[in-house]
Amino acid sequence: MSHVRLLVGTRKGAFVMTSDDARERWDIQGPHFAGWEVYHVKGSPVRPERLYASQTSGWFGQVIQRSDDGGATWQPVGNQFAYDGVAGTHQWYDGTQHPWEFKRVWHLEPSLDDPDTVYAGVEDAALFRSTDGGQSWQELPGLRNHGKGHLWQPGAGGMGLHTILLDPVHRGRMYIAISAAGVFRSDDSGASWRPVTRGLKSQYELPDPDAEVGHCVHRLALHRSRPDTLFMQKHWDVLRTDDGGGVWREVSGNLPSDFGFAIAVHAHEPDTVYVVPIKSDSEHFPPDGRLRVYRSRSGGTEWEALTAGLPQAHCYVNVLRGAMSVDSLPSCGVYFGTTGGQVYASADSGDTWTAIARDFPAVLSVEAQTLP
Amino acid sequence: MIRVVLPAPLRLLAGVDGEVQVAVASPVTVGGVLDALEARFPPLRGTIRDHASGRRRPFIRFFACGQDHSHVAPGAPLPDAVVEGAEPLLIIGAMAGG
Repeated sequence: MSHVRLLVGTRKGAFVMTSDDARERWDIQGPHFAGWEVYHVKGSPVRPERLYASQTSGWFGQVIQRSDDGGATWQPVGNQFAYDGVAGTHQWYDGTQHPWEFKRVWHLEPSLDDPDTVYAGVEDAALFRSTDGGQSWQELPGLRNHGKGHLWQPGAGGMGLHTILLDPVHRGRMYIAISAAGVFRSDDSGASWRPVTRGLKSQYELPDPDAEVGHCVHRLALHRSRPDTLFMQKHWDVLRTDDGGGVWREVSGNLPSDFGFAIAVHAHEPDTVYVVPIKSDSEHFPPDGRLRVYRSRSGGTEWEALTAGLPQAHCYVNVLRGAMSVDSLPSCGVYFGTTGGQVYASADSGDTWTAIARDFPAVLSVEAQTLP
Repeated sequence: MIRVVLPAPLRLLAGVDGEVQVAVASPVTVGGVLDALEARFPPLRGTIRDHASGRRRPFIRFFACGQDHSHVAPGAPLPDAVVEGAEPLLIIGAMAGG
């Protein structure tokens, strides 16, 4: 019988939740790394018992943990993220140049082929790769050095590389996104990069309509079967591209707010997309205090509110960019966590929802693993 | 042997319970103690002092014999009582809110 493992990173530790394919009753293990912020936990697609976790603390810095038994036990591995060569500088809030300084790992993306290879997206934004199971890390410097890295500037939440997508069809193609810097594509396994921002509009912040750097991309998502189509939740606007980032078009349609963080694609329907609209860029809670996931079954533009089982009054939580995921069971499961510590699950593609955790610390990330 | 008291999160990370002891060549300094600690407990590398700069993390403090050694040069000798093992070097996660 298939089952699902949810990997939940929070402000004060990580949790591993498991359920059978009914997804009605959940066993909760944790907190692992209690008291530490866990930005991301993700499993290898080729060896699902191999998990990587980013454990970080304002006191003690960055630790990377690895599990080889599905999260039952963990061992710290390498945590040295040294920028390639002379680190250089990037733009600071006041327009001056500021030294590149490693702060934390936002995202860990295990390879589609090799359980010992894993990518790390870090703050200050850069992409690292380990080929020895996380013991050592090397920067892929072509990203910062593509020509305009010195113009990257942090947003209010820092300058984190928060999204890494590996294309399962065009091997060697990958996408990354950086807060307040933009979205970039590589076709040679991360050696060289180019911004893929045509069609993005950030008119107040970036008067130049062709600006390649400075778009505040919050999250990217794609479906394995159609990786030339990507969806984006940006600071404002939900967008899609159908040519691998060649050009983006807005598909915000009838959403009550085109601002938000999380975005996910249904496991079996590449045109079914989920977002959680959030009010404005300062209040950061659901419009009208009603927590609603919006689903489009037409690839955007037309959206329906999913509310069954979600609080529809006095709800002022946020859903962060890494905190939504789907499983791949025949009836697609959808999951998300909130800054209020709730983890919601739907076993029917979003039609109905149940809180499977109510009192966790603020949720930073949710990843679903579908296991045989 | 130099006695060291680690903050609870680092004891957990190092897999130890209670004080740890490390051998440090003379002159015994904070830098030398940290070198020895990191050699014996590799998961502590980067957690007390920054990998790149080698500087003490901002919310880490060092105390010995009732005195704050956080702002003393890492190459300065520690008190005799620490060198002789009568007193531990305390590594503290400073009060920093949250």
